[in-house]
Amino acid sequence: MTHPSTTGPAPVLALKDVSKSFGAVRALRDVSLELFPGEVHALAGENGAGKSTLIKALAGVHRPDAGQVLLDGAPVTFHGPGDARDAGIAVIYQEPTLFPDLSIAENIYMGRQPRRALGRIDHKATHNATAALMERLGVELDPDRPARGLSIADQQIVEIAKALSFDARVLIMDEPTAALTGSEVARLFGVVRTLREQGAAVLFISHRLEEIFEICRRVTTLRDGALVGSEPLEGMTEDDLVRRMVGRDLDELYPKQEVTPGEVALSVRRLTREGVFTDVSFDVRHGEIVGLAGLVGAGRTEVARAVFGIDRWDAGEVTVDGKALVNGAPSTAMSAGLALVPEDRRAQGLVMDMSIERNIGLTGLRTTVKAGLMDRGAERSRSLDWAVKLQVKYARIADTVNTLSGGNQQKVVLAKWLATGPRVLIVDEPTRGIDVGTKAEVHRLLSQLAADGVAVLMISSDLPEILGMADRVLVMHEGRLTAEIPRSDATEETVMAAATGRAAA
Amino acid sequence: MTVVTPQEAPVADVPKSSGTRLVDRVFKMRELAILVVFLVMIAVTQAGNSQFLSEQGIKDLLLNATILVLVATGQSLVVITRNVDLSVGSTLGISAFAAGTYLQGGGNPVVAIALAVLLGIGFGLLNGLLVSLGQVPALVVTLGTLYIIRGIDSIWVGSSQITAADLPGGFVDFGSGGISAVPYLALIALAVLIATAYYLKHFASGRELYALGSNPEAARLAGIPVRKRILAAYTFCGALAGLAGAMYLARFGNVDSGTGTGYELTVVSAVVVGGVVFTGGSGSVYGAALGALLLTSINSVLPALGVSSVWVLAINGILLILAIAVDRVVALRVASALKKRNARHG
Ligand SMILES: Nc1ncnc2c1ncn2[C@@H]1O[C@H](COP(=O)(O)OP(=O)(O)OP(=O)(O)O)[C@@H](O)[C@H]1O
Ligand SMILES: [Mg+2]
Repeated sequence: MTHPSTTGPAPVLALKDVSKSFGAVRALRDVSLELFPGEVHALAGENGAGKSTLIKALAGVHRPDAGQVLLDGAPVTFHGPGDARDAGIAVIYQEPTLFPDLSIAENIYMGRQPRRALGRIDHKATHNATAALMERLGVELDPDRPARGLSIADQQIVEIAKALSFDARVLIMDEPTAALTGSEVARLFGVVRTLREQGAAVLFISHRLEEIFEICRRVTTLRDGALVGSEPLEGMTEDDLVRRMVGRDLDELYPKQEVTPGEVALSVRRLTREGVFTDVSFDVRHGEIVGLAGLVGAGRTEVARAVFGIDRWDAGEVTVDGKALVNGAPSTAMSAGLALVPEDRRAQGLVMDMSIERNIGLTGLRTTVKAGLMDRGAERSRSLDWAVKLQVKYARIADTVNTLSGGNQQKVVLAKWLATGPRVLIVDEPTRGIDVGTKAEVHRLLSQLAADGVAVLMISSDLPEILGMADRVLVMHEGRLTAEIPRSDATEETVMAAATGRAAA
Repeated sequence: MTVVTPQEAPVADVPKSSGTRLVDRVFKMRELAILVVFLVMIAVTQAGNSQFLSEQGIKDLLLNATILVLVATGQSLVVITRNVDLSVGSTLGISAFAAGTYLQGGGNPVVAIALAVLLGIGFGLLNGLLVSLGQVPALVVTLGTLYIIRGIDSIWVGSSQITAADLPGGFVDFGSGGISAVPYLALIALAVLIATAYYLKHFASGRELYALGSNPEAARLAGIPVRKRILAAYTFCGALAGLAGAMYLARFGNVDSGTGTGYELTVVSAVVVGGVVFTGGSGSVYGAALGALLLTSINSVLPALGVSSVWVLAINGILLILAIAVDRVVALRVASALKKRNARHG
């Protein structure tokens, strides 16, 4: 690469006046962006602002309707993702794109495996290179295990490894940290810094503003598909950035209402699932929000799944309002008033090619069925109601869910479960991938539900969220509950210490 | 957020590569299971009828399996990409007739085989183009070509037929000959099988077939030329159906307009019994070949045991359902084992 010393480095990759529409939805309108070598550039905007669409235009997935993609200053046309990759552009997409039947190593090197004589794949080199990547990212993942069954966080890590596996000149990351906790994010940022020093250009998307400020130098903001501006982050505050994204000042992000807890609603006693979690006991009272913190893989999601009856437990007891739940029976949990918002929205939360309306309506089938027939009118009004409450951004409520942006899909999952009017609500990463504006709205909603007497168990990897919203914080470490910290004593330090197993409970 | 970087937690007490070994074991087990069923069945039959495994008996077993093994090998490639080719029976029939017609006029056997293969390639290309370009499911497209090819065949063949007497003696001898108990045809099928298995494991384009069956959208994002690969899989499947047609001619010497009718269902059964998953992305051609061997052997085993052959179809059906059930149970087991392994780094 040439760096003309007089004018500073030229952009490696740029967009000039790019527009892209999907039917009537104008996802991008005359957007320009320049990525410079040795610089980490942030892309900010609300859910549905067009960030992922912009990335797909850079990656050759979408062909812009108008405008140009410039590589080293010259216009290029990428005919597919392969072209962009060959030009040295590595992309981590928002939704993991793995092959469940193939090994992690094959997933990483698919399409560009190291070769031996006669063009045969060098399986050993592939394995070793993958092991080296895993070490660089500091994770224990067996290169030969299939991708099927990996947790969301591990899938994200494989995606990151894939992007790092070739010497990319441009690294584009669409919410790579959404599923990760502090230590993994720190590792990722370490690697990104190294790449930056080696002269790579990086484009980074995250709804966690503190991450943007930590690693990026410039930020480009989109609002409703249009460019708001592109400017240095230095001297900017989080509030400035939020104002650019949402076009107004934000209400309180953690609007926690003080509630006096009532009777015990959910009681978990000595719950054990062999090899996954051990001897987990806790209570959640009506009106209380209890945070469940811990590192990725600590077993939080697994406990939630067992409590709800998706997975069986091997020992222990779960009661809701004093009534014992049946092991491995989600339907009895639901009729006892329990609701679970799962973490993996694509796999567990949504029917991707069904409409928004029907997806939200699914959990309410029982209440919207009249004389054995579905009451479509009731389903529609209920769905619309929740879609509006959660500010889901869509063209028509009858559109299929797979046309929504990632964050808006997440909102549909939330709506679906909140619509059941639960007495005990378990939310697993409720605001993952959700923009700051809606995040505040979700928090306000959870707080309101608690004030109305709902017992809320909130699993979150977003520490400020836990600290801001929870009345009590439970911390898990390697499958065990290691601490229970009241709101007054909960700080980043106390929670992290328990989560990493450095403090005795 | 100030990030506290924790020390890497001690690795859970699971040995590092247990996931690998587990999965490897399961796949080997799947093929091993069919092999065991096959061997037990043969042993039982031999015990009840000591004539069963005579040299001629073994040769018949192998000859019967050969054609199905070939077509099942081709079909596996297509099924691995999450598609299916229902037209293989028709392709086999028409290629056999084409090769026979050519030989009847005094043609060279090698050219006749080449002709059958080329015809198969032609129909494979047609299927591949229709499936990869059109947005129509493979099941529907190849059901269409099944009838189209059969229709062409019927018009062409009419009520005529080819008999062994019309064919050069050497060609027919080759079809039934062999090295002691091993037929030549079986050797050809074995060579094709081994080459295909090697290709699937060791060449990038082979792995890409698995990738695009496993997750088509991800395959597109990984820059895999999806259409080209699907086209190639269908072409290969067609070529093997054509080759199988030539072998059918050599083995039976007898071809009419009904040859190969309904064969596609036997082929698909063999593939599924052999552990190639119908939703794409996993399975091996060795498994499919074992499935073919098992299904065809049942045809010889029942008469040898004095059981009426009307039971053959019912038993095939039971095997098919059993295979699917076993796959399902194994998949669930593996999934839960892998999930437990997820509860690792703290
Ligand atoms: N394939 C598609 N078909 C129809 N509409 C689409 C499609 N992809 C995106 N859109 C629409 O384009 C707009 C921009 O979506 P995009 O995914 O780029 O948002 P985003 O900024 O990445 O949001 P998020 O933060 O939620 O990921 C949204 O209104 C979305 O519904
Ligand atoms: Mg997005």
